[in-house]
Amino acid sequence: MSASIREVRTSATGPVLSVRDLHTWFELRQWGFLRVGSVRAVDGVNFDLKAGEAVAFVGESGCGKSSLARTLLGLHQPTRGEVIFEGRSLGTLDAAERKAYLARVGYVQQDPYGALPPFMDVRRILHEPLIVHGVRNRAERDQRAREALEEVRLSPPEDFLSKFPHMLSGGQQQRVVIARALILRPAMIIADEPVSMLDASVRVEILQLLRSIQIDHGLTLAFITHDLSTVRHFAERIFVMYAGRIVEQAEVNELLNHPQHPYTQALLTAISDPDPDNARQQREVPSGEPPSLLKPPAGCRFHPRCNRMIAGTCDQEYPPDLEPRPGHGTACWLYR
Amino acid sequence: MRQLLDGLRRLGQYPSALVGLAIIFALVGTAVFTVVTIPYGQALELWRGGDPWRMHPVNARPVWVDRIAGNNSPRTMVVSSRDALIEEEPFVGGSRMRIPLEFDFGYAGFPSELNLFLTSTHVEREPFVRLTWETPDGREFILGGRRLAREERVSISQDWELERRLGRVPHVGLFAEPADDRPPQVLEGRYRLTLDVISFEEDARVDADLVVYGRVHGLAGTDHQRRDLMVALLWGIPVALAFGLLAAVGTTVTTLVIAAAGVWYGGWIDAVIQRLTEVNIILPMLPILVMVGTLYSTSIWVMLGVVIALGIFSAGIKMYRAMLLPIRESPYIEAAKAYGAGNARIILRYMIPRILPVLIPTFVILIPSFVFLEASLALLGLGDPVLPTWGKVMNDAQTQSALYHGFYYWVLSPAALLMLTGLGFAMLGFALDRVFNPRLRTM
Repeated sequence: MSASIREVRTSATGPVLSVRDLHTWFELRQWGFLRVGSVRAVDGVNFDLKAGEAVAFVGESGCGKSSLARTLLGLHQPTRGEVIFEGRSLGTLDAAERKAYLARVGYVQQDPYGALPPFMDVRRILHEPLIVHGVRNRAERDQRAREALEEVRLSPPEDFLSKFPHMLSGGQQQRVVIARALILRPAMIIADEPVSMLDASVRVEILQLLRSIQIDHGLTLAFITHDLSTVRHFAERIFVMYAGRIVEQAEVNELLNHPQHPYTQALLTAISDPDPDNARQQREVPSGEPPSLLKPPAGCRFHPRCNRMIAGTCDQEYPPDLEPRPGHGTACWLYR
Repeated sequence: MRQLLDGLRRLGQYPSALVGLAIIFALVGTAVFTVVTIPYGQALELWRGGDPWRMHPVNARPVWVDRIAGNNSPRTMVVSSRDALIEEEPFVGGSRMRIPLEFDFGYAGFPSELNLFLTSTHVEREPFVRLTWETPDGREFILGGRRLAREERVSISQDWELERRLGRVPHVGLFAEPADDRPPQVLEGRYRLTLDVISFEEDARVDADLVVYGRVHGLAGTDHQRRDLMVALLWGIPVALAFGLLAAVGTTVTTLVIAAAGVWYGGWIDAVIQRLTEVNIILPMLPILVMVGTLYSTSIWVMLGVVIALGIFSAGIKMYRAMLLPIRESPYIEAAKAYGAGNARIILRYMIPRILPVLIPTFVILIPSFVFLEASLALLGLGDPVLPTWGKVMNDAQTQSALYHGFYYWVLSPAALLMLTGLGFAMLGFALDRVFNPRLRTM
């Protein structure tokens, strides 16, 4: 039922977030002033997120997915390109509008203990965003803190309000982080590997919590992970990133069942599968390492590791975005 | 906050902290008591010296020093005509008065000085007075006669003629046994100074105070200007504590905020702060303070300002920077940025509170170092010209060659108070260090 409500919302509104040709480069300097190059963490990314959908960005460590998240949050300035949220480009916002934008986007981090100031109790942690956004009434702040704690299933809230982060378990800490992300009633939540530092036993709980909150409130959820195995249950669309670019995007089932890009295919092979036969067969995993983001290879970034590389094409020119199957985009010369 | 309260609660486990706290509370209590009983204006007035101290001996030892040494040195005695049996014979146009000033002298040492203070209420015609000194064994010395002004001070000790007659300084000769042996022996018993006054006005009244100055005085002794050192020792406490605390707060807070701002903004702001600090670290503080004191002002508040100004870009900035750099990168700061917290909020509410517990011990230990700095300045002659402080006392002691003359108490009592202050804060500080820096604790 909630799915149908989401459908309505999705069709009623256009993209809540559009990213156009986004580049985030970090300049490397020698002796403080000599420019010796740039780390191209995000290097030409395009996508649209519809209101109320949950998407996952998947890729290896260092593929630029966290830099992408931080650029979306305004923590990094984009070198080039645009982030358009609810019809307005972030680059054109003034200070007050930027702050209002930050209230519309919640952020859930990887390390729940590090994400909570150790010297504040939960009440204070939840009050802080409200204070920053001008909720002066203490009773109102308390009320909203309670609501947020209920929302993340930390109840009764009284038991948690006066606790300090170190008194909570990892899962509870992450729930507090989620409560903090929700307390400003955002339209979108960016979760950067929200469960990778948690115990395996609580991972699913936290993911289900995020998913149910997302569905209940019709939030847009951008969910960054390196773990393809969990994605299918908690996202509707998947973006596969490699070396600062999106190489493939599709609906979850479409992508998992019909991976087009050789990199995606390799990623899917690497998912651990509890099958006793695996002990006797060697899986084919691409050799080599992800390329240097300082000097990415010419042409397709994946071509040095690709076993289907077309000499003279893949190593010369970056592939255009192609659509080999309906609603399934990939950047690979194989589908020209 | 919780960490702070927890830490303070744990402090009870450290005896050194309790001793330190006891010393600090005692000092603070005494300081409050001093400021209440001797108000600021009165303290300045007293420390200026002069008239309020005319009844006090010069360079008298503290009483307890004398007692410990097993001596029975004389204390100061004031014999007033108000308590004496005055014989008065009026005549036409005046009166004749005989004022006997009697006192028992039973100390094992000679007084340090002998003065007679006379006041007369005459209008025009000055009364005439003749002084006779009578010893317990019945000898009489005529100390001469004189006309009286309204206020007259007869310095018997400095009567050269009398000294020649006695063969000794008067305050020794008048109290010595008649035998001409040396060294002179004190003659114990009842002495009497008789004043024969002839007044030429009918209702003119003459009052006399004979001051037999002792060689010991009070708990702290007196200095070369007859000032009771207790005033300076007591007033030194609030001055030292206030100076130490203000300087420590001023430098710590500014340094912390500047270090945090440098770490947070980075770039050229950080570079400027770091270069300023490096330059400031190699500038010698004491010579600069001496220059300010010599060329500009030695007011303690000016000195405090300069100390704080020089302390802002101190080595502390480097330490705080090293502590804050990893905090700047911590996820909770990133989260704060992501929900829109401003720069000031991040610096003051998110970065500084994180290192505050670690700073408290440093701060507590910093207080006495500024107390010592103020004392060193005063010792160098750059103390506040009007305020009584411990450093000033030591400076006076030094210029008066106190140690050469054997006035140890003059140097030792302010030094002991300085050390006590240092000890109290150091003991508390080290205990706090163990509480807040768990690595120092053996678990």
